[in-house]
Amino acid sequence: MMKDSNGIMTKTSEHTMQINVGPQHPSTHGVLRMLVTLSGEQIIQIEPIIGYLHRGMEKMAETRTYLQYLPIVDRVDYLSGFFCSYAYISAIENLINTDIPIKAKYIRTLTMEMNRISSHLLWLGCYLLDLGATSPLFYTFIEREKILNIFEDLTGSRMMYNYYTFGGVKRDIEKELLIRIKNFSNEFLKAVREYEDLITNNPIFITRTKDIGILSKEDATEYSITGANLRACSIPKDLRKDSPYLIYNNLEFSVPIGTISDSHSRYLMRIKEMKESNKIINQCTDWLLSNIEDNEINTKINPLTIKPNGTALGEVESTRGLLQCYIEANGREFPNRIKWRTPSFYATQAINTIAKGFMLPDLMSIFGSLDIIMPEVDR
Amino acid sequence: MSIFNLIFVEYLLKFNILEWLIFVLWQIICFVFISLLMIFAVLFLVLFERKYLAFFTRRKGPNRVGLYGCLQTVADGIKILFKENITPKNADKFIYFVAPIIVFAPILTVYSLIPFSSDINSYKSDIGILLFMAILSLPITGILFAGYSSGNKYSLIGGMRSCIQAISSEIPIFLTLAGIVILTGSMNLNEIVKAQYSFLQWNIFPAILGFIIFFICSLITLNRIPFDFPEAESELVAGYNSEYSGMKFAMFFLGEYALTFIFSTYIATLFLGGYNSPFGFYMADLFDLRLITGELIRNIEQFFWLILKTFLLILIIMWIRAAYPRFKTDKTLELCWYIFIPLAIFNLFVLCIVQYFRESL
Repeated sequence: MMKDSNGIMTKTSEHTMQINVGPQHPSTHGVLRMLVTLSGEQIIQIEPIIGYLHRGMEKMAETRTYLQYLPIVDRVDYLSGFFCSYAYISAIENLINTDIPIKAKYIRTLTMEMNRISSHLLWLGCYLLDLGATSPLFYTFIEREKILNIFEDLTGSRMMYNYYTFGGVKRDIEKELLIRIKNFSNEFLKAVREYEDLITNNPIFITRTKDIGILSKEDATEYSITGANLRACSIPKDLRKDSPYLIYNNLEFSVPIGTISDSHSRYLMRIKEMKESNKIINQCTDWLLSNIEDNEINTKINPLTIKPNGTALGEVESTRGLLQCYIEANGREFPNRIKWRTPSFYATQAINTIAKGFMLPDLMSIFGSLDIIMPEVDR
Repeated sequence: MSIFNLIFVEYLLKFNILEWLIFVLWQIICFVFISLLMIFAVLFLVLFERKYLAFFTRRKGPNRVGLYGCLQTVADGIKILFKENITPKNADKFIYFVAPIIVFAPILTVYSLIPFSSDINSYKSDIGILLFMAILSLPITGILFAGYSSGNKYSLIGGMRSCIQAISSEIPIFLTLAGIVILTGSMNLNEIVKAQYSFLQWNIFPAILGFIIFFICSLITLNRIPFDFPEAESELVAGYNSEYSGMKFAMFFLGEYALTFIFSTYIATLFLGGYNSPFGFYMADLFDLRLITGELIRNIEQFFWLILKTFLLILIIMWIRAAYPRFKTDKTLELCWYIFIPLAIFNLFVLCIVQYFRESL
């Protein structure tokens, strides 16, 4: 006899065993709980159980003004706070029909792409840690530390930035900082090459990831998976290209597309994405350096006067996929309802389909490669 | 002439001490020496691994307790002594208690089989090469016991995995050992070392393939990364020793390091000429030292060479830990059965031919 997540007893066959992976487990990237039914070490079924990091993000918005909710938004996904900030703020900017200065657009793009790199670096280190290699974590943190230091000098915070504001950004970016970013992006490609030398063609890494956890095109669309996980199965969907927001129209970059979405190709997608983000950073810093006299970073909006009416959607291609923030406002200082559409939530659902039939060690390889982060799932 | 003869037979027999008593005494002295060596080796290795991995990952490693953190392991040991010993409710109490002992005791025993120098060898067995492997199959049983008796599913899977490892690694290991026996004509570890008297006579040269197979299979036996499935922390939390705490956990932990050390010594003995100097002569011979002083210095030198070779092997093992991710259980089985066993048989065949030509020359 065994219990499912609702506490209902069901009968298991003689040769299966049910183990509980998480919520306090070294490789669940937070507090995901998975009820795994095993036969030997083969996975028969996985039931992901979420809710251990639920903070009521959506309900909280209903009792707070638009300005009060702003610092909380960063915590929706604490590894890529800028994206959540942007999704929320762009929704409100849509509501009140403001356009932001061009420099603010460039700064937002720059910070978001740097954020993408820092998040991917953490993912890369942790993924290799899941697979049992300890050193890459420290190597990726060297580069990540540089980004976080830049963010600290720019925004005053290393993780919860609260940097964007309605109609622009809060502080101007200085020349020294831009030069530092430039130096970082020049050195970054060398670092990526180092990771690739260590990991990509490592025979053990290949046996652990190649043909493991194949996500078919049909399943990916059915589970509405977005981001690198979707692009790995040769569906070229990226919001930055499909409906360019901010200044992505003016930038030169490509979106990496894979062929078969196994763990290895999902890993490759993220490595390539980091390189593309680096290109964007380069272009943004060049523009900002040549327009250093431009001081207009903010259209002055008194946030206390924001009392919009109607509904709006803020969208962004975040680190993990399509991040949407839907706001329903009714003319008061509080929103009526806020709904977050977070990409990890959809990836978590697909875990049973992807990992069924593989071995227990493969579960970590699959789960890690999906880049699921729990605060985003539970909100 | 050995130190044993010189010191004991020449001097102490004058005082009418029985010869067998002297013989036994020498073995006990050797064993005490080797036990002390093991304690120091383990204390050193735990610290060294932390420092070495820190070096790889651009950290400082432990540097608070003692000079450059040299007393860190001692401090950790004292801490672990005062930890509460917890026995889980579902545990099979007797087996749970016995398992760490089954893991640790055989490892201590095999220390006596290795010739650390021509005289420091407390048990010279004629089947030493087999006895070593036979005794070392016991710790795997201990790990299985630990996994089964903890009453924890993670531990159970860890214990089962250690069995799979034993099944996969032991056949290639024994096939390579057979090659060594063909080359040296003996199963006595002392004789094997003596057969590799000069640098070119080292077994690694004809048996380079065997060396590689043996080295990788010993990583599997040692539960080292990339083959540390029984305690794969990302899947099994801590594997077979999840439920152990305090001194019992320390026995698993230290046992692993003691095993790493002795296995490296074993590989050095079999393939890298054991305690023989790579230059074919000793300092003691150069200065024409006689009797006790000469023998003593020669023994110290031999000991030094063996420890140096062991240390180089341990460096490689730790380097692998810093560089590679974890392998998979089923893939290990495939690796050993489909690749290593045929290769080991091929290695055996090559060594037979080599030995045929050596004898006919």
